[in-house]
Amino acid sequence: MVEPIRLHINGAVHSLRIESRVSLLDALREYLGLMGAKKGCNQGACGACTVLVDGERTLSCLALAVQYEGTEITTIEGLAENGTLHPMQAAFVEHDGFQCGYCTPGQICSAVGMVQEFRKGSASAVTNNVSAPVAELSDEEIKERMSGNLCRCGAYVGIREAIREAAEVTR
Amino acid sequence: MKNFAYSRADSVAGAVGLLSQQANSKYLGGGTNLVDLMRENIEQPDVLIDVTRLSSGKIISGLTDGGLSIGAAVRNSAVANHALVRERYPLLSQAILFGASGQIRNMATTGGNLMQRTRCYYFYDEASRCNKRTPGAGCDAIGGFNRIHAILGASESCIATHPSDMCVALAALDATVQVQGNSGLRSIPMNDFHRLPGDTPQIETDLKPDELITAIYLPPLAFARNSRYRKVRDRASYAFALVSVAAALETEGGTIKNVRLALGGVAHKPWRAYTAEKAMAGAKATAETFHRAAGEELADARGRGHNDFKIELAKRTIVSVFSELAEAGGMR
Repeated sequence: MVEPIRLHINGAVHSLRIESRVSLLDALREYLGLMGAKKGCNQGACGACTVLVDGERTLSCLALAVQYEGTEITTIEGLAENGTLHPMQAAFVEHDGFQCGYCTPGQICSAVGMVQEFRKGSASAVTNNVSAPVAELSDEEIKERMSGNLCRCGAYVGIREAIREAAEVTR
Repeated sequence: MKNFAYSRADSVAGAVGLLSQQANSKYLGGGTNLVDLMRENIEQPDVLIDVTRLSSGKIISGLTDGGLSIGAAVRNSAVANHALVRERYPLLSQAILFGASGQIRNMATTGGNLMQRTRCYYFYDEASRCNKRTPGAGCDAIGGFNRIHAILGASESCIATHPSDMCVALAALDATVQVQGNSGLRSIPMNDFHRLPGDTPQIETDLKPDELITAIYLPPLAFARNSRYRKVRDRASYAFALVSVAAALETEGGTIKNVRLALGGVAHKPWRAYTAEKAMAGAKATAETFHRAAGEELADARGRGHNDFKIELAKRTIVSVFSELAEAGGMR
């Protein structure tokens, strides 16, 4: 029931001996000291624990770490390159996309994944016609696509502005 | 969470074998519901068999008959955004996109979506009586807070609803569920897959204990191009359905030629509305027809107090969705 596992995180390989029941979130925070991803609700409702798995946004609290061997995991600590903030991080700073900052790592990882989904042509619940390509990442689309990330400070307006700008910059 | 042994299956037969050899074992998909239930001690398996890496389960293929086969391990977001699903079955794409959040749709699998369990608060609360958790214990939702509960096909044992959006679309599309167990392969019609509660609400599907879902088959349905999923909920996003409607319509000269309707949030299973379909077939595609059909479908509906509003809400949502589809005609 204690499993030796290897996790690829932010470009490095980590060998761990953990119980099967350990979540990816707890593996990151309690075993590897990566405190960026936050434990909010621990039941998949708030999005504070969001990380990227093979580029796709994922809730690390509902993920069993053993199930993620062989994947490439990116946390908020792995987004900056050579000391330069990822454009999404820079945009959150620029547009005050936070107050207390607790939900922010999850918001940013989720936003990075979401913009990738949009670039690939993914539809959403507010896409009027799913059979046609989605033309624009409107405010309405951003709101719907980011509904899995809660901000109790209510910084949503800044978060939306930041995401729209970062989506433009990285186009 | 109680600890458990984890193993990774490398074939369907291997997974079935592993499950059969070990007592109190369960298949593991994306874990978005099972891990949560284990953390709450509602589910307490000793062994989890990970079936998300089976290569046969990761494929969506268009079939020569015009239908589609979706592997059980394909993630919900991949199904919703597959070009053939968006083109041929837009209501399925919509239904999935209306469920959960972007993160959860990236994790959850097709097979796991079918196997998810009710979000009845009393099922989740160990201090409450629940016939699903402890058969024979009683049901605290009856006479309790039951705003989210069933209005159709419920029993005195259980008034829980099935939470899936995807399954409501699959019910309307007459999908079949392909399964494999020790006694071989079989296909279960979607509308027989989930059960009404009766006096055994702990038995939720027609699956045998060893059987693994391997794929979903969608038969060709040309008029599904004119289809829609409407979800009514307490928040604009990321909430379960109070009532949902999956519908497809084909008209000819103002007359209903083909129709499909299934409802979510109203019963222990996705509710295929055969009575309403029969009432609509061959009739004029007017609001009056839709209203009459909705009334016939909901004739036996029963509220439990807090959820009484769902009966009228279901009728109005049906009328509204069909009015839109009629305006779009046979074309979209």
